[in-house]
Amino acid sequence: MDTIVPACQIIEPATAAPADGYTARRMFGARAPRIEDPALLRGEGRYLDDIRMPDPLHAAFLRSPHAHARVTRLDLSGARALPGVVAVFDADAIARELTGLRMPLGFPSATLQKDITPWVLSCTEVAFVGEAMVMVVAESRAIAEDALALIEVDFEPLPVVHDCHQALDDGSPVVRSDAVSNIAEQLQVGFGEVDAAFDGAAHVFAESLFVHRGAAHPMEGRGVLARHDPVEDAITVWTSTQMAHEVMHSIAMMLGMDQHNVRVIAPDVGGGFGCKYLTYPEEVAIPAAARCLGRPVKWVEDRAEHFVSAIHERDQYWDVDIAVDADGRIRGVRGRLLHDQGAYTPQGINLPYNAATSVTGPYRVPAYRMDVIICQTNKTPVIPVRGAGYPQAAFVMERLLDRVARELSIDRAALRLRNLIPPEKMPYDKGLTNRAGVRSIVDSGDYPATQAAALARIDYDGFPARQREARARGRHLGLGLANAVKATSRGPFESAVIRVSPQGRIDLYTGALAMGQGLATALAQIAAEQLDVPLEMIHVTCGDTGRISLGMGGFASRQTVMAGSSVHLAAIEVRNKALKVGEQLLGVPMDALRLRDGRVEVVATPTRFVTLGDIARKLKGAPGYSLPPGITPGLESTGLFQTNSQAHANACHACEVEVDPGTGAVRILRYVAVHDSGRLVNPTMAEGQIHGGIVHGIGNALFEKMGYDDEAQPVTGTFADYLLPTSTEIPHIEVVFLETPSPTNPIGVKGIGEAGTIPVAPAIVSAIEDALSPWNIRLAEAPVSPVRLLELIDASAKPRPAAAPLTPCGASGT
Amino acid sequence: MSSEEPVHTIAVTINGKAYERAVADRKNLADFLRQDLQLTGTHVGCEHGVCGACTVLVDGVSARGCLMLAAQADGCTIETVESLAGDAPGPSGLGPLQQAFRDRHALQCGFCTPGILMSLTELLRDDPSPDEEAVRVVLSGHLCRCTGYQNIVAAALQAVSKACGAR
Repeated sequence: MDTIVPACQIIEPATAAPADGYTARRMFGARAPRIEDPALLRGEGRYLDDIRMPDPLHAAFLRSPHAHARVTRLDLSGARALPGVVAVFDADAIARELTGLRMPLGFPSATLQKDITPWVLSCTEVAFVGEAMVMVVAESRAIAEDALALIEVDFEPLPVVHDCHQALDDGSPVVRSDAVSNIAEQLQVGFGEVDAAFDGAAHVFAESLFVHRGAAHPMEGRGVLARHDPVEDAITVWTSTQMAHEVMHSIAMMLGMDQHNVRVIAPDVGGGFGCKYLTYPEEVAIPAAARCLGRPVKWVEDRAEHFVSAIHERDQYWDVDIAVDADGRIRGVRGRLLHDQGAYTPQGINLPYNAATSVTGPYRVPAYRMDVIICQTNKTPVIPVRGAGYPQAAFVMERLLDRVARELSIDRAALRLRNLIPPEKMPYDKGLTNRAGVRSIVDSGDYPATQAAALARIDYDGFPARQREARARGRHLGLGLANAVKATSRGPFESAVIRVSPQGRIDLYTGALAMGQGLATALAQIAAEQLDVPLEMIHVTCGDTGRISLGMGGFASRQTVMAGSSVHLAAIEVRNKALKVGEQLLGVPMDALRLRDGRVEVVATPTRFVTLGDIARKLKGAPGYSLPPGITPGLESTGLFQTNSQAHANACHACEVEVDPGTGAVRILRYVAVHDSGRLVNPTMAEGQIHGGIVHGIGNALFEKMGYDDEAQPVTGTFADYLLPTSTEIPHIEVVFLETPSPTNPIGVKGIGEAGTIPVAPAIVSAIEDALSPWNIRLAEAPVSPVRLLELIDASAKPRPAAAPLTPCGASGT
Repeated sequence: MSSEEPVHTIAVTINGKAYERAVADRKNLADFLRQDLQLTGTHVGCEHGVCGACTVLVDGVSARGCLMLAAQADGCTIETVESLAGDAPGPSGLGPLQQAFRDRHALQCGFCTPGILMSLTELLRDDPSPDEEAVRVVLSGHLCRCTGYQNIVAAALQAVSKACGAR
């Protein structure tokens, strides 16, 4: 409890009484247009592949076509002989450029199986389709790819682990010959007297649930460009990443360089969604090649590579029991989570740990125990994608609650209300610890009010009549709802520097990383609230290690909270310093001064002013002359907001769907999302985050399935097989915000990037089940395809009716 | 390009400017625009014609820059996102559709945006007052992972209503 500040301490800017009717800008909370937009809309964004570099070389990677095989012969001579090829690196060749061939573990763990991370390039054995084996560097990408076709490899296929159930079987093949077991790690999380809770329960229900693997699929894939400076022995690496500083540390370590000589810059990033929160083998191999060859080297991932070489997420099997009292009050939840980690563990156990510790979500669960088995399979490695284990956990909890509601004939909303954490119990100790070892405390929020708002908006009480009326016309409507909580704002810190130059330019640097959310605008708004300047006057640089020494980056819905708080603290300091110096320069007391448009001016006579540039010039110092008394050098400040506690964003989603039981087609008629992400810096951008998060969740619920066959060969390697939601599947999404300030940070905000995704699949699946209640089918998986629905309908006692086509979203009359 | 690489010389008009260039036979239009002409506003997202990020207008008709060879564009007039600001003033001036995208927060990471702008430009030329369904059908040829499409639909409809108001 001591990690929670007792009350929200929102520091508002001082307000001097305006003589001329001028009131300071209120940028925090404003629906400001984004400062990022003009360049992006004009085609002047600078994404990785847009960076012009004189005389670059281009790399392409030979990737394993086998899920598991031994390499018995590798002949690179044909590739090396191709005109235009500059170098061909296999594992031995790249190893000579590096301190090691194995990637560092993202989050070190004492308990994890050793030697479990990917190779920069694999050498004698490959363990998943898509694993990088050889890097060709040539004068053009086309030549590099031509050369790949000239590489001769003999593979000896090895037995394949294609599924984590199989991985646990006695006599199962082992995922890699250097793995001691297919189990990377086992752990148990929980609290309370679980078995006693079950022993005394009126009812116990068991579910076996499966959430299938998908991928992040930002529209821009990964990409790396590196340039080595032989004079300084320094290297600059541009990479489409969510974590510039961590990539810098990894490159420095792997290339044996001092990190001061490694600069990592994230240019405009075309989306991340989790898959770029990792140092990938290519981010080590490309700088190594650039240093070795003395020329810039670029690699841009194509979509075919992204499907198999960028990380995946979500594959988890859950066998869970819930114990309830006669009135449906939860007594306990217990079970086993089987997590498919893929062939390597690049990051650690954070994802299954998240999933296992977030099941109880917004509910009061007195006793909980989850046994977690982290399994290795011969598939693409796994780290968190948008939601990071929470979507699966919400699926589990909400499916269990739907089961209880059905079995006990309790209304689904009433059952949830009975079990939600009530506002008077906030802050609520979840009984678990987070990764920082700090007790997981839900800081704030009104969960019953959130649910009530969703029910009111979708007219929950009126739905049975709508459903009856539709059924009378042969249409099958269903309603589903789900609650969610996301622990956002993961620490330990984020950085921000605000610096005013002697020329009057205001720069804001942060180690947080913009992947398209509008981070620059949000941070500029927080700074502008204090400095009272137009957003365009603040130049925001995210994710450039040459500009700011420390940073964590973009993950876990953290940046507005963590970087925003740092910006807030730094901006207050710059503001106060400017006013103090202004007091001395203008000879007017501080409380009679104000900041406005880059000046400190006298409120009563605004024609008397000094500019921030004037002040910065004064504070840069002149040799031998004193600074104003009591003032430190420079008009700048560094904010390093630090916390291990987390701001908990919550949501309730409710949706209405129509299902055609003749075809299995599902159409979402209405989608209502009520969210509480604390104070909103920019409600328009917040809505945009929710829209995108929900549509990602709709993909997980209905479309996105990274398929593998029994030999762990991927069977969905294009956007024609792996379906992302498109505009015609998506209804108008109704977003409602509640704003309960979080007491965990000085600006009262909670994260928002992932919250939209988490409750979507359980809400939609519940609605489908409701629509198909005449067939009495049970859904225990996501995504749910039309074919799967037809299988279940055909297996039921009631016959399948003729098809009755649904109208698409946005069509006239909807 | 290696010395043996077969090339064709093509003449194209791009955003009102005439170019004559020798281009490798196998180079697609998107790569030609990006690599040879530094028109990097056209993005490449999937290289198999699904995501729509590389959409440009060829003789006024939308085409996937990744599915068309540059050599096939010989003699054609091509419009890319770089043309859309038109004579809007200033270094950050925006055309009406671009402005609607900014007003309605219709982009986040912006990677898919240029292709979507080009398809909607085509739609609005063909049908000055499309309804939501028509907009969604055009957008269904594009993938966007950030926005959930809703604000893109709103932006297109705003551009329609402003254009209608101006008539």
